[in-house]
Amino acid sequence: MFTNRRAFLRTAALATAAITTAALAACGSDDSGDTTTPVSADQVQAALDKGGSITVWAWEPTLKQAVAAFEAKYPKVKVNLVNAGTGNDQYTALQNAVAAGSGVPDVAQIEYYALPQFALGKSLTDLTAFGAGELDGTFTPGPWSSVKTGGGTFGLPMDSGPMALFYNKEVFDKHKIEVPTTWDEYAAAAKKLHAADPKAYITNDTGDAGFTTSLIWQAGGKPFAVDGTNVKINLADEGSAKFAGTWQKLLSDKLVAPVGSWSDGWYKGLGDGSIATLVIGAWMPANLESGVPGAKGKWRVAPMPQWTAGASAAAENGGSSLAIPKAGPNNALAYAFLKYATAGEGVKIRVDNGAFPATTAELKSAEFLGKEFGYFGGQKANEIFAKSAADVVPGWSYLPFQVYANSIFNDTVGQAYVTDKPLTDGLKAWQDASAKYGKDQGFTVG
Amino acid sequence: MTVLAPPTITRTGQTAPRPARRRRSWTGWAFVGPFMTVFAFVFVAPIAYAIYLSVFRTRLIGGTSFVGLENYQQVFTDPQFWSATWRVTLFLLVQVPIMLILALLIALAIDSGRLYGKAFFRVAVFMPYAVPAVVATLMWGFMYGSRFGLVGNINDTFGISLPDPLSPDLVLASIGNIVTWEFVGYNMLIFYSALQVVPKSLYEAAELDGASQFQVIRAIKLPAIRGALLIATIFSIIGSFQLFNEPSILQSLAPNAITTYFTPNMYAYSLSFSGQQYNYSATVAIVMGILTMIVAYAVQLRGTRKDR
Repeated sequence: MFTNRRAFLRTAALATAAITTAALAACGSDDSGDTTTPVSADQVQAALDKGGSITVWAWEPTLKQAVAAFEAKYPKVKVNLVNAGTGNDQYTALQNAVAAGSGVPDVAQIEYYALPQFALGKSLTDLTAFGAGELDGTFTPGPWSSVKTGGGTFGLPMDSGPMALFYNKEVFDKHKIEVPTTWDEYAAAAKKLHAADPKAYITNDTGDAGFTTSLIWQAGGKPFAVDGTNVKINLADEGSAKFAGTWQKLLSDKLVAPVGSWSDGWYKGLGDGSIATLVIGAWMPANLESGVPGAKGKWRVAPMPQWTAGASAAAENGGSSLAIPKAGPNNALAYAFLKYATAGEGVKIRVDNGAFPATTAELKSAEFLGKEFGYFGGQKANEIFAKSAADVVPGWSYLPFQVYANSIFNDTVGQAYVTDKPLTDGLKAWQDASAKYGKDQGFTVG
Repeated sequence: MTVLAPPTITRTGQTAPRPARRRRSWTGWAFVGPFMTVFAFVFVAPIAYAIYLSVFRTRLIGGTSFVGLENYQQVFTDPQFWSATWRVTLFLLVQVPIMLILALLIALAIDSGRLYGKAFFRVAVFMPYAVPAVVATLMWGFMYGSRFGLVGNINDTFGISLPDPLSPDLVLASIGNIVTWEFVGYNMLIFYSALQVVPKSLYEAAELDGASQFQVIRAIKLPAIRGALLIATIFSIIGSFQLFNEPSILQSLAPNAITTYFTPNMYAYSLSFSGQQYNYSATVAIVMGILTMIVAYAVQLRGTRKDR
């Protein structure tokens, strides 16, 4: 009896182990299928003719119109456009879906800074197999080089974000402040504005990794150097020091509004003049029009303030690609949509709705450059954006684990925003924590 | 195995033949089989999977490798993990006593029968517990806002400058306030229901002996609800160590004050979901689970020893 029971227990334990192993196998992601077989244009066309449905995860607002036009053109295709969160939230969801091996979308919006991490993690389809190489020359050099990483092309550029200074002209006129052309003038304007109206701030900032890296980029800094699996991080180089010097002044004097971007308070501040400027990517107009409709006519666009008077350096801020996750169920159809939205008829539709293109043809067209923005009082803002796109400082690169690095930005650099800790210490802490993570992940960090 | 015991005892008296005995033992297991299956899947498998994960390490470069107990060694020397643990311990030491004493006072007040509108108070105090934690935190988050929230409005109206509840120094206290608001009613209900079963004859006897209300509370009521106090304390300990919802939601309002390793649970979450360090995250989860069990068990041991 006793031996029986023990035998049974042993069997039970084995059964439990077997069940657990089965569960583990089901949970583990499938690493096979590393090589992608070429997919011809005919096969993509066949998928379009056959029809079906694809799921697109994206938060870019003008994709909605492109999807509608795409569905009208190919009536058999159904596109489910899902907003799975903006930026990091979506990447978290995407990483989870990829790790779980289920619920992966066919197409996902991935910002340029995040693309290397997903490509390196073997989560994305190399679009070379679909003949993405033919599109060489279609896109502007900056975004095109951003999607070509690790020897493949892992996305198609959907938009770009050459930076410009957006300012509330009404506020500037009211307090008789000149539009700043250098960062020193910008800091002076911040002081003057806040003194004239204690409720008004030159801008908002609660510590934003994308903004900080873009400003360092413009200042000529190259804090991240990547060569395969060798990574160098130096957030104390000349460009980073220039940024830290100027921004420290604004923080110490409490001249930036402690309001997080994209929050309700942010939209409110942009509308009522208490946040007077934004230095941000050229994709902003569509967001202003939809998010702050009440301030129509008050805002204007100017070139980005410079680190050296008289220079014309710019940086990219954000900007996204559309990519095809490897585990997505319908790759051929996904590529058809990708091409339509980023290099085909979809581009025009999106540009008409306020998107900022990454395609050379659109950026150079007279129609695009001559467009008058009602929101900016009839200003031909695209001329400034296109100029900025051409002035982007070359040679910048992001870390192959930038998504993680950005997620700990507030743990480290963010401390300078709420305590007396200097910004340079924060940048140092960010560098150390990022380097530690890089080492843990098997990179050689120097 | 205890399930098997009764049939074994009854059958031994009958001296049944051996083959039958064998069949009998399997019958017993057939009854517990469904339970064992569910138990294996729902309880054992996730824990086993977490332990399995915790002895590996997956890297972006180099893939997955077996590392034995290295992840555990790392946890014990990880300053971020210990700062998170220390933070929830501080929370436990300050917030839990405040919450339980408040709950006890309210329960005693309602139970005393001297309170006018007793039913109203009971419902009003319990009501916050019915508000989902996410909604409650969002609501408090709006009130805490020093620019557009209630704090901001008070500052504007009276021309004063209240300290910012979402600053790094105060944010833990602000979270404690939210949690207290949420759970006072719940704990009050536990104490109140325990007070309801105290026999009325004890109170009558106390009255005949001329005992004051405070003597009644000290000599009758508190000893009678010791069990309930113990349960509420253990629940609160577990709740404190698992602190996640409130700081996680407030993080968007105070990104610099609430770090990604603010509490052990948040640390495990961000390790797993932003850092892709599933293995280390599983290790943190296991260590935290064991710590919680040790503290809860220690409190229970102490509580029950006093009972004797």
